[in-house]
Amino acid sequence: MNYIFYGLIVISIIIGAINGRLQEVVNSILTGAELSVKVAFSLIGIMAFWLGIMKIAEDSGIVNFISKLIKPVTKRLFKEIPEDSPAIGDIAMSVSANALGLTNAATPIGIKAMEELQKHNKDKSTASNAMCMFLAMNTAGFQLIPATVIAVLIGIGYKNPTEIIAPTLLVTTIAFISAIILAKVFEKFWTPQQDKTGGDT
Amino acid sequence: MFQTIMNFLSLWALPAIIIVILTVALFKKVPLYETFTDGAKDGFKVAVNIIPYLVAIIVGISMFRASGAIDMLGQALSGILNTLKVPPEVLPVMIVRPLSGSAALGVFSDIAHTLGPDSYATKLAAVMIGSSETTFYVLAVYFGAIGISKIRYALIVGLLADIIGFAAAILVCRCMF
Repeated sequence: MNYIFYGLIVISIIIGAINGRLQEVVNSILTGAELSVKVAFSLIGIMAFWLGIMKIAEDSGIVNFISKLIKPVTKRLFKEIPEDSPAIGDIAMSVSANALGLTNAATPIGIKAMEELQKHNKDKSTASNAMCMFLAMNTAGFQLIPATVIAVLIGIGYKNPTEIIAPTLLVTTIAFISAIILAKVFEKFWTPQQDKTGGDT
Repeated sequence: MFQTIMNFLSLWALPAIIIVILTVALFKKVPLYETFTDGAKDGFKVAVNIIPYLVAIIVGISMFRASGAIDMLGQALSGILNTLKVPPEVLPVMIVRPLSGSAALGVFSDIAHTLGPDSYATKLAAVMIGSSETTFYVLAVYFGAIGISKIRYALIVGLLADIIGFAAAILVCRCMF
């Protein structure tokens, strides 16, 4: 992460200077910082709502029920996490919310899942294998209904916008499965978590 | 018919989940109101926790976009895409997608409006956007919320999965459209 952060900023400044856009680059620091706070604050309300709902789901045993339901799959994907941890149920609910295109619900539930995974993490400042697996599933962007894309297509008068659903579903499944396989492969070959001298990227 | 079912599903998914959770909890005699407010308390804390991580990532990406580096990357990659018969308009979608969701949607709307519904570029871009995620943002928010700064291989896996997704989109769209 250190190199990426350095790279993004230094490369931007150098390329901005070459392109004669240095002023725009400098201005973007302010707009970017403002945008970050806006994004974070816009999350407060919806985050509180879904964390509240998820707490109810947990206390009423729904999260636990889902955890048991998908145990055969998650046992292999999240080896370090105990089978009865609420983390498993949270992960399942977050992935399902993403799949249904409910981004507003998926992010708070996903963060809740990360908090549960953090309880089983040996080194609290470094990502565990389970976290990397969960985020691989998340960043692959598995989606059953690409609602926003379809909305744009309807807006330009696309006659049959649902015809993109089938190819999207096929592609998103391929990406999702590759992400899981990649995470498993990297888990084997990457420096193990306990070793604090390496593995920082 | 299919479209009606899809619309029905996207309209009812959220309300249905909320009704099921609340109803089950009521039958299990969970104190709904207390439990809800107890869980919701953390909303503010989580949002504030992610601010430093969001600032680092979003400022970095804003600077990157403002510098014109994306156009240069596009020129560098255009040779490969020509041989794959990918319309040049779609290239910015692929570069911007992992960095910024709203920017990618903006580029997509632009393609859709200028090239129209019947163009191959519109369909390919639609499939690409629909099947990928804003990798940098997701990593910043999820890891930021729990204070993790050493993310190990998470970014590499996320970006590789995006590339595989784009390649699959090119392949599938060439067969179907």
